[in-house]
Amino acid sequence: MLPIDTVLHIAPYTVRLRSPLVGLQHHLDTFYANAPRGSTQDFIDFDVQVLPASGLRRWWHPQARFVLDGEEPFFPLPAEQAGPLFEWGMNWCVAQRPLGQLVMHAAVVALGDDALMAPGFPGAGKSTLCSALVHLAGWRLLSDELAILDPAVGALLPHPRPISLKNASIPVVQAFAGVRLGPVYRDTRKGDITHAACPAGSLCMADRPAKVRWVVFPRFETGAAPHCEALSRAEAFVLISEQSFNNERMGEVGFDALCALLTGAECFEMVYGSTDDALALVRQITGSDGKGAAP
Amino acid sequence: MSGLGVETDRLLAVLRAPASAAALDAAQWSSLVATARACNLIGALADKLQRHGVPAPAAARRHLDGALQLAARQRLSVEWEAHGLQRALGALGVPVVLLKGAAYVMAPPGKHGAAVGRGRMFGDIDVLVPRDALGDVESALMLDGWVSAKADAYDQRYYRDWMHEIPPMTHIRRGTVIDVHHTILPLTARNAPDPAQIIARALPVPGLPALRVPAPEDLLIHSVTHLVHEGELHNGLRDLHDIDGMLHGFGAEPAFWSRLVANAAGNDLAGPLALGLRLAQTVFDSPVPATTLATLDATAAPRWRRGWLPAVYGQALRPPTRADAGTRAAAARSVVYIRSHALRMPLPMLLRHLSVKAWKGLSTRQAETAPSV
Repeated sequence: MLPIDTVLHIAPYTVRLRSPLVGLQHHLDTFYANAPRGSTQDFIDFDVQVLPASGLRRWWHPQARFVLDGEEPFFPLPAEQAGPLFEWGMNWCVAQRPLGQLVMHAAVVALGDDALMAPGFPGAGKSTLCSALVHLAGWRLLSDELAILDPAVGALLPHPRPISLKNASIPVVQAFAGVRLGPVYRDTRKGDITHAACPAGSLCMADRPAKVRWVVFPRFETGAAPHCEALSRAEAFVLISEQSFNNERMGEVGFDALCALLTGAECFEMVYGSTDDALALVRQITGSDGKGAAP
Repeated sequence: MSGLGVETDRLLAVLRAPASAAALDAAQWSSLVATARACNLIGALADKLQRHGVPAPAAARRHLDGALQLAARQRLSVEWEAHGLQRALGALGVPVVLLKGAAYVMAPPGKHGAAVGRGRMFGDIDVLVPRDALGDVESALMLDGWVSAKADAYDQRYYRDWMHEIPPMTHIRRGTVIDVHHTILPLTARNAPDPAQIIARALPVPGLPALRVPAPEDLLIHSVTHLVHEGELHNGLRDLHDIDGMLHGFGAEPAFWSRLVANAAGNDLAGPLALGLRLAQTVFDSPVPATTLATLDATAAPRWRRGWLPAVYGQALRPPTRADAGTRAAAARSVVYIRSHALRMPLPMLLRHLSVKAWKGLSTRQAETAPSV
């Protein structure tokens, strides 16, 4: 197999990716086959290489290294985890590189141009909720993990990549109709993980930003009765700030952008014990059956 | 043409003549932005393009705007730290001279021409205090929440006995790092400058009575001596760009050059200054009068007058991560690294220090490769 040297448009960025690793080729074939391709004549936002470790590590427990613009921002992983390494590395690129965008840790889905943003505390179940909304309720995927707010546009930018699923969420999502999962990677530093492909319909709309109408803080609790409560915008502001990767570095621009985002949004906290309950709560919040645009 | 590789040369060309960027294609903009980022000059590049009204393609502008925003934020945070230092140290009645980045930000506008530090990213805060006030300053900083980051006994001794600063202190809540210097080069170094003169000549900072910034010529001398005594030149081009900004900003006043020469000679720093000025001339076409260089050469120690020095430092300035960094650059970097230590301490001390460092590096590496999963 030839080494990878390709330019991917993963909205809103252009990524050059080079790698000799077969695992990464499989990952690309599974999840990025339909991503628009560019050439090295384009402006490259992230120049990424996923390389084998050198020396002894080439043969003995081989490792994969993530290299961004010639720098290695984090430790290598076992070579068979090249796919997850690329996904984590891309998250790092988006969250760390100052591009004038406020980047928050949240799942984002939309009906037409109306977005629902679900800021995630780890383990809150946002990836499962995100998959359910996308696969079972007709929402389009902007991102399962990164809410990218462009202050100039005042809207969130789609960043279509596979949804990351961990541990107990894997069998739950596997049961959804129409979902396409990649291989399960056992015993990574986050436990068992896999990815669910971004639906083709979402990829087609990758150039269309969506304005936040609803901010929902989800919390999955085994056996919990479904419950939903409105939050003040001030509370939501504080909670989102904790989940923002770069608001400290964005200064006043980031502060103003987040205020503007919340001005147009209704905020809720919801607790649920099953996917069906979660979908019902979202319907209640958004007044939508998911079959068309929200009223 | 400075011969630092195609990509670095393109960056330097745009910094010197921003309008030339208008002719670049998308791929060249990519490399321009990536190289500027690697050299820690992306904010300076963005600032130059903006001030000269040179439009960048939308994809590149995102990176440039992001850098400007970050630089503005960091500037604000430097101002905040300066106010914090006034609160923490104001009662001591000791002059606290801000150095490098903090001085560029806090210098009274007009006096320093605000020529330096536009779009610059900032790291640690550096300050210079009289040596006999060091203990009081350290205690006052500790009370204000600054703690010593180097716990290791060898590191503590290295700093306290041999270097020109106490071990760096980190603020417990804000995470910022301050380096408190009592002279501007290591105590063991051969070119011994007199910090008392720098403190005496320093200028007040409006509204912050405990703080000072060095006089323009001292600010420049400090920046240059650091550059040419530095062992690693990761930020070499960035520092040289600061120097270029100062030469443009301060050089217009004729008296500046004579004061510069007088201060450097008085501080035994004529040689390092001449080398630094030559580098700025080669790399950025900085304005330096020939008479200034001639006067400095005449009083410089022989080890600073070696003809190969500017070429070696020039090579070592290549950004190390770019593909065009060849073995010549790598060799030049080793020469600069060893030379920096040789300038900093006598040979027996150097050998001892490098072996302790190597031994400690080896044991850390072993600890890292031990099975961790």
